[in-house]
Amino acid sequence: MITLKNIEKVYQTKTIETVALHNVNLHIPKGEFVSVMGPSGCGKSTLLNIMGLLDEPTNGIVEIDGKPISRYRDNELAHIRNQKIGFVFQSYHLINDLSVLDNVELPLLYRSGTSAAETRHMALTALEKVGLSARTKHYPTQLSGGQRQRVAIARALIGQPEIILADEPTGNLDSVMGEEIMNILLNLNRQDGTTIVMVTHDENMAQKTERLIRFFDGQQVSDAKTNAYDFQQV
Amino acid sequence: MLKNYLKIAWKVLLRRKFFTFISLFGISFTLMVLMVATALYDHAFGPQMPEKDLDRILFVNMMQERKDGDYQMSGPPSYTFLDRRVRTLTTPEMVSVNSVFQTVNSYIDNRKLALDIKFTDSEFWQILDFEFVEGGPFGAQEVRNAQRVAVINEATRQNYFGNTTAVGKTIVADQVSYTVVGVVKDVPVLRLHSYADMWVPISLRTEDYSSTSLRGDYFATIKAHKASDIDNIKNEFAVMLQDVERQHPEKGTKLYSYPDSIVEGFARTFLGNDDDTGMAKLYAILAAAVLLFMLLPAINLANINISRIMERSSEIGVRKAFGATSSTIIGQFIIENIFLTLLGGLLGFVLSAGVLWLINDSGVIVYADLGLNLRVFALGLFFCLIFGLVSGVYPAYKMSRLHAVAALKGGNQ
Repeated sequence: MITLKNIEKVYQTKTIETVALHNVNLHIPKGEFVSVMGPSGCGKSTLLNIMGLLDEPTNGIVEIDGKPISRYRDNELAHIRNQKIGFVFQSYHLINDLSVLDNVELPLLYRSGTSAAETRHMALTALEKVGLSARTKHYPTQLSGGQRQRVAIARALIGQPEIILADEPTGNLDSVMGEEIMNILLNLNRQDGTTIVMVTHDENMAQKTERLIRFFDGQQVSDAKTNAYDFQQV
Repeated sequence: MLKNYLKIAWKVLLRRKFFTFISLFGISFTLMVLMVATALYDHAFGPQMPEKDLDRILFVNMMQERKDGDYQMSGPPSYTFLDRRVRTLTTPEMVSVNSVFQTVNSYIDNRKLALDIKFTDSEFWQILDFEFVEGGPFGAQEVRNAQRVAVINEATRQNYFGNTTAVGKTIVADQVSYTVVGVVKDVPVLRLHSYADMWVPISLRTEDYSSTSLRGDYFATIKAHKASDIDNIKNEFAVMLQDVERQHPEKGTKLYSYPDSIVEGFARTFLGNDDDTGMAKLYAILAAAVLLFMLLPAINLANINISRIMERSSEIGVRKAFGATSSTIIGQFIIENIFLTLLGGLLGFVLSAGVLWLINDSGVIVYADLGLNLRVFALGLFFCLIFGLVSGVYPAYKMSRLHAVAALKGGNQ
C-alpha cells in the first residue's frame, strides 16, 4: 500500500540544518494498522506528512500502490490525497465556520461526479459510524473534544479512503474519550479493511494495533508486531 | 461547492465586524461614485427620452473649414448646407434641420422668465421620441405657413401658466406671441441636440436663407432606416462633403464635418482629430480613470485580505489535505471576495440611488432625471466583478501558495 525507500528529510535554514528523517525504509501493506511512537521531535509527524503527500522528502522515494509519486504535480497529488487518503489530526482542524455536516462533506467537494444528495447521504452515514448523527447541525465550538475528533474521523472516512493517517488522534483527549476514538479506528480497520497509520505517545493505544514502529532522532529504531500478534524485532 | 464557499464567506464577514465594515465601506463608496458616474454617462450618451433609437440616429453639429497655413474656422453648420446638402442625402430615412437653442425672454407677472428656444422642422418630431403630456407637435403645414405655434416643456408650462393646461393658450417670448400646441416632458440640458424649453417652427426664424456660407448655428438630426445603414450614411455624407469641397470658393480649403452618434460627437469635439473620432481615446481615458479610481480601495482590500491569511491558514491546510488544489483555493478566495464586493455593490446601489436623487433634486443639471436603470445596473455589476478580481487575485494566490504542513501548523512559513 505505502512504501518508503531511503527517505531523508532535512530542514534547512540560513544557519542551521536539521535532519528530521534519516534513511527510513518502510512497507505498510494493505489493511494493516500501524502505530508510530517516539519522543517529541523524532520525526513521527514528518513521516506521516510525507506518507500523506503533504510534504516532500529531501531524498528517497514514496510509493503508493507500487507507483512512485515523486514526480507528480500539485493537482495530481491533491487527487491522490482526495481519493486514497484520509487525515485525522491531534487538534482536529475542523472549520469552525461550518456545521458538523458541512465539515464532514468537505473531502467530497473536491471529488467530481458526486451529487449534493449523494454527498449528504455519505456524510450522514459517516457521522452515524462515529455515533454523531444527532449533532449534524452543531458547530465544532459547540462540541466536546471527543466529539470533535469523531467529526474529524467522519470527515476522514467519508470518501472511503484506503489509508487513514492519524497524527496523535487521542493526544488531546482524556482516557475515556481516547478509548472511544481508538475503538472507532480499530473497527474501521477490522470491518472495512482500512489501512491506518497512527502516530501516538500512548503505549496502551499503540499496543492495540498490529504493528509498532519506534523512532528516535529521525531514525527507525524498531519495527515489531505488538503483543496481540507475533513479536518480531528488527 | 459554491454553497460551501458562500457559507464560509458569510461567516468570515460576521467574524470580524470591524474589518467587514471597513471593507464594505471602501467598496460601497467606490462603487457608489462609479455608479453615479455611470448614471451621468448614461444620461448624457445613453438612449434616453427623446433620443431613444440611438443606434439609428446621427447628428451633424460641426463644420470646419481649414486652409493649411492660412485659416481654420469651425462652428455649427449653416441652414443652407444642411437643407440643401444633408436633407437631400438618399440613404437616411429622414433628416431634420434645427437651430442651436438660444435664450429669449418672457415676462409673467412682472417676473422675467428666461427660456431656451429652438427652431425646428416637423421631421424633428418624427425622428425623436418626445413624451407629450398635452397636445402634440406642429406639423409640416404649420412649418410651411410659418405659423406662430409652439411646443413647450412641463417646467415652462408650470412657470408660465401655473397648475393648469396650456394647449390653445398664448405664450409671449421676445414680444412674439405663440399658440401652444403641445407640452412635452422636460428634456435634460445634456441632450444638446434636442433640449429646449420651447420649440417653434424653423420658418419663423428671421435669417437670410440664400447665404451660401457653410457655417451657421444649426444642427441636423438624421435617422437611418435601420442600424446597419449608419455606415452607408456616413459614406454618402463623406462623398457629398468632397463635392462641396470642390465647389468651395477658396480653392484648397478642406472641409471637416461628420454625421456622428451622440457619443462620437462628444469624443470628436474634445479628443478627435480630423477623421479620427477620438472614441478610442475616450474609452481609454474612461477605462484608465475607472481603474485608477478603483486601484486604491482595491489595494486596501487586498491588504486586509492578506493580513487575514494567517487567520485562515488551518482551513487552507485542511482543504489541501483533503484534496483541494492550489487553483481550487484561488477560486474559493476569489469567489469569496467577489461575494464581498457584490455585497458592497448592493450597498453602493442604495447609496448611489440617494446621491442621484440629491443631484436631480438640486437642479445642478437642468431637467436632470438621473436614475439607476438596467444599463447602469449591468455596468455597476461589471465594475463589482472587476473590483472583486483586482482585489482578490493576489491575496488568493498568496493563500494558495501556503504549504499544507505549514498551514496546518498555523501558517508560519
